[in-house]
Amino acid sequence: MDIHMTVNGEQVSASVEPRTLLVHFIREHLRLTGTHVGCETSYCGACTVHVDGKAVKSCTMLAVQADGADITTIEGLADGDALHPVQEGFWERHGLQCGFCTPGMIMSSVKLLEAAPDPSEREIREALEGNLCRCTGYHNIVRAVEYAGARMRGEEPAQPDWEVN
Amino acid sequence: MTETTSVLGGAVRRREDPALIRGTGKYTDDVNPTGTLHVAFVRSPFAKAKILSIDTTAAAEAAGVVAVYTAEDVRHLGPLPAQVPVRPRPLLADGQVAHAGEAVAMVVATDRYLAQDAAELVFVDYEDQAPVIDLKAAQAGDVKAHDDMDSNVIISWAGGPFGDEEAIAATRAGISAAKEREDAVVVSLEMTNQRLIPTAIEPRSVHAEWNAGYGEFRVHSSTQIAHALAGAIARVFGLANSAVHLTAPEVGGGFGAKLNIYPDEILTCFAARSLGRPVKFTETRREAAVSTIHGRGWVATATITGTRDGEILGYELEGVADMGAYTQNFTAAIPFLGLFIGSGQYTMPTYWKVDCVLTNTVVTDAYRGAGRPEAEYYLERIVDAYAREIGMDPADVRKKNYFDTFQDAISPIGFAMDTGDYAKNLDALLAFADYDGLKADRDRMRAEGRLVGIGLSSYVEVCGFGPSGLAELGFSWSEYNLPSSFNGSALLRVTPEGGATLSIGTGPSGQGHETTWAQIVNRETGIPLDRIRVLHGDTKDSPTGIGSFGSRSLAVDGAAAHEASQKVTAKASKIAAHLLEAAEEDIRFGDGAAHVAGSPDASVTWAEIAKAAYQPHLLPEGLEGSLEAHALFSPGNATWPFGSHIAMVEVDPDTGDVTLLRYIGMDDCGNVVNPMIVDGQLHGGAAQGIGQALHEHGIYDDMGNLLTTSLVDYLIPTAATLPAFELARTVTPTHVNPLGVKGIGEAGTIGSAQTIVNAVVDAVAHLGVRHIDMPLRPKRVWQAIQDAKGA
Amino acid sequence: MYARPFDYAAPSSLEEALDLLSANPDAKVMSGGMSLLPMMKLRLLSPTLVIDIGRIPGLDEIVDQGDHIAIGALVTHAEVAASDLIAAQATALGQAAAWTGDAQVRNRGTLCGAVAHADLAADTPATTLALGATMVARSTRGEREIAAEEFFVDTLQSALEPDEILTEVRIPKRGGGSAYDKLGRRGGHTDYAVAGVAVWVADATGSDARVAVTGVGTKPQLATAVMDALGAGTPIEEAAARATEGMTVLEDLHGSEAYKAHLAAVFTGRAYAAARENAR
Repeated sequence: MDIHMTVNGEQVSASVEPRTLLVHFIREHLRLTGTHVGCETSYCGACTVHVDGKAVKSCTMLAVQADGADITTIEGLADGDALHPVQEGFWERHGLQCGFCTPGMIMSSVKLLEAAPDPSEREIREALEGNLCRCTGYHNIVRAVEYAGARMRGEEPAQPDWEVN
Repeated sequence: MTETTSVLGGAVRRREDPALIRGTGKYTDDVNPTGTLHVAFVRSPFAKAKILSIDTTAAAEAAGVVAVYTAEDVRHLGPLPAQVPVRPRPLLADGQVAHAGEAVAMVVATDRYLAQDAAELVFVDYEDQAPVIDLKAAQAGDVKAHDDMDSNVIISWAGGPFGDEEAIAATRAGISAAKEREDAVVVSLEMTNQRLIPTAIEPRSVHAEWNAGYGEFRVHSSTQIAHALAGAIARVFGLANSAVHLTAPEVGGGFGAKLNIYPDEILTCFAARSLGRPVKFTETRREAAVSTIHGRGWVATATITGTRDGEILGYELEGVADMGAYTQNFTAAIPFLGLFIGSGQYTMPTYWKVDCVLTNTVVTDAYRGAGRPEAEYYLERIVDAYAREIGMDPADVRKKNYFDTFQDAISPIGFAMDTGDYAKNLDALLAFADYDGLKADRDRMRAEGRLVGIGLSSYVEVCGFGPSGLAELGFSWSEYNLPSSFNGSALLRVTPEGGATLSIGTGPSGQGHETTWAQIVNRETGIPLDRIRVLHGDTKDSPTGIGSFGSRSLAVDGAAAHEASQKVTAKASKIAAHLLEAAEEDIRFGDGAAHVAGSPDASVTWAEIAKAAYQPHLLPEGLEGSLEAHALFSPGNATWPFGSHIAMVEVDPDTGDVTLLRYIGMDDCGNVVNPMIVDGQLHGGAAQGIGQALHEHGIYDDMGNLLTTSLVDYLIPTAATLPAFELARTVTPTHVNPLGVKGIGEAGTIGSAQTIVNAVVDAVAHLGVRHIDMPLRPKRVWQAIQDAKGA
Repeated sequence: MYARPFDYAAPSSLEEALDLLSANPDAKVMSGGMSLLPMMKLRLLSPTLVIDIGRIPGLDEIVDQGDHIAIGALVTHAEVAASDLIAAQATALGQAAAWTGDAQVRNRGTLCGAVAHADLAADTPATTLALGATMVARSTRGEREIAAEEFFVDTLQSALEPDEILTEVRIPKRGGGSAYDKLGRRGGHTDYAVAGVAVWVADATGSDARVAVTGVGTKPQLATAVMDALGAGTPIEEAAARATEGMTVLEDLHGSEAYKAHLAAVFTGRAYAAARENAR
């Protein structure tokens, strides 16, 4: 089937089998390998991308379902050299270790902060339940989101924990 | 507040991160040159079965299929290389399968969808046999995991101390005598330390190309041990190690699961060589559950004999550990790592014996902590039960039986420990956590009718492997064409423009080695951080490397980087002294330059020193050109970090649901290079121990079917199930390496599971509950409360 | 984890979709795909044709129809959870939607999809039972309404005929109050329900209670024994103990029969109390 969509602001067209998953279309046809596959059962969230402004798991969506859609992947988040505040937060607060869950985690966090600009720690933790991380124990991911939220609200982020204790 | 001195570097932001947060980091599955073929395996649905026949005809004719292989095609390659090859596994099941999920055939096709389609068309005729799954049944041995074996027990690890039969007998006699004392209290519990599935979020992946002209493999693999894997491939195919260029690019979490050589890695190379095409295998999550190693899987009885006033007179552990169906890299040696710390931080006589049994299940091997979480779990659970039995505060019982502050002590189980200051650490935790206040909080909540508990646990770890001679205890790297040694490796080159490139022998999977190692080089040389490049996980960059596991990287390879930096700086001093016409002993390095002590204006930059080093005519007489050093650091001992943790939990009495209210840690890993990274390791480590305590369980049915093959059934912690971690540290440096560092990758895991269980038992002990086996899922906690009520 | 090959159609009208379904009895209807695609990837289901109704206009609305709320086939869990109308008139459904899956799953998965999938442990189906919802099924043969208590037949089996599409769930606006409570697999409220209970009551005294249980048996179902007992004036503590009476309770990795029956009783009590509170 022929499909057309906008990915990170660029028009793309391709012919795919109906069973081609959106994540494989992004990774293998478009060669945008920042979106990862961690579980294929829509549980780990490493494949999270934005489709028409919503965070979705691209391992559980067919490429043909995204025909006509506007898609943003991790590669499309930064504005050139300028990182998105959430990307900056993950860097500043050690919100990643192996980095494999990170693109999905960042894409979910961006949507979380759009919906709730000043979330509580509990809200952050519940909003990220669809993104599994095995490295960080989530502690610094929460801090990274808090950092980004502060930046986006024009506030000074809290001191990093390692300087407090 | 506790000591945070002895920070060797500072909380430098990670240089690894920019690529990873932009999505441009490259993992193995991202390697996808045009024409890459994809592998799918046909896997046994039976735990134990004879293979009567395999019909690959339909699969071979299916769309996109390039080749189908069975054992017949690969038998000539021999079994899978393993370090401790007690029962090595065939590359593909050869006439017999020994666990559900074992690969019996391999399909290679033009894309991964077509490969899976064709795999469904391979018809295998099995004659299924009764498997042995249960550990104690395996130990009893009525059914064998393999029909050609006399016993399922392949090795027993005993100590008290280790390796001395007479002394062990004397220890046992002594403990028996203690039990006869009038004031003796004997507390005993049989406890399960359940099977876990490591679950790195990146599934394993391998990509191989064979260049027939160069006679060289180009391999990418998601591995923690690049050099060992390259050596294993070289050995299987009869090549020089240098003919296998292997890269472990970004590795998406390892935790021991990627500290192994897997059949699919060898077979993917085989297919690439046979077909002359690039070939890739990436496991699916469900496949990972049955083809990548599992961890833990012990049942053991722990017994403490002590006095009414808290003096422990003896500790005994007798158990059985599940090896799964074969032995892979370290499999049979994992309980041995537990034996190392069998007596923990304590001085009491210790008898310890664990039988290693084969079962018809997925192979077990090193999973974060590897033998040490099991050992500390049993010991710290039974110490807690003993404290409860005699009505003493668990902190007081521990302190009463700790080693005093020491440098170089021999543990009762027979191993030399480097440094320890256990009481100081525990006292620091009690102060940091406001233990008395915490207990008052708990008691206040209890008065409201809530089930609230506080758990305390301490641990000692052995890590930082290690001494070169350790290999002689049975860890042999020669199976992988490597020298039998655990030494570190760091090759530091000052580049002609004055920067530095460090090639290290570790294989990080998120631990931030590029950042930490650059900090080490910077600290010694003064070369600016942004001019130091750190290369790892590539057999062409580093001449050798043992990889990253056992919390060894910083204490061994980091120390090697320190030594290499010193060697390079020593030579650079000579060059600087020559260029500055100063005495060599007056040269000091800092801010990217060499300075002359007492002459603030006299300096020469690293760029100028490097320029001279690469233009021999500018060098002083007798000094050779180039500016580089290769250090192979071999420590005198492993390192022995320690720490103490406290958890506070609340149990919902109606549902058994456990909520973790607080988690507080006081860890001591010696000196710290980057406190940000060290804390991050503790967070993740503790999360995995908490996951074991509360959620995770690899469950088999009686027929050997794994019931937890997806993340819907194998439950790892989410952001919502964990609290913020409250961490601080004490600093007790080691003398076995020049940095004074120990290791921190596994400490959080080793210290946490029993802390949680101790807390939950504390919450429900007054109802009559003595113990609940992990994972403490709501159903188990509720059931334990019901059973106690009924009793 | 790749589906077997299939044909795909994305009709632009319901009529077109119904014609396709009528002509292809092996076809599967997909809205968000969050239930269907995982089963296809596991190759537990291999339809020859997938009919994606996701592009059909007019199915994506929550509409106040005076005496009921109409929730269209493409309304997602996220939209249900965020709806003020549902929060006010069908509190239990909003809670269940918010505790279904995770944020990304809720963005794609639909209420009608979850109802039609009829998973034994899904959250929202139980609330449709307690709230007395009506399911609207369309086929080329016409439209029919199915009461929620007739809709869930067995595990993964609904009352929909092979040629029917669930186009709408209607929640009657009966006033009173409702609530949903559950235990997830990791504890707390998320993940699949080990047990979950939805309760609707007519007023703050708890009159005319409707109680539905999910997660414990083969399907979400009304706890009629509890409803009868409450109707006869039995105190909730005693009535709740009958939450699984007459049901087949199934042991699984997350609980024994006794435990699940116990949980059903516990959450019956909790949801009943919350529903009364919400009826104030």
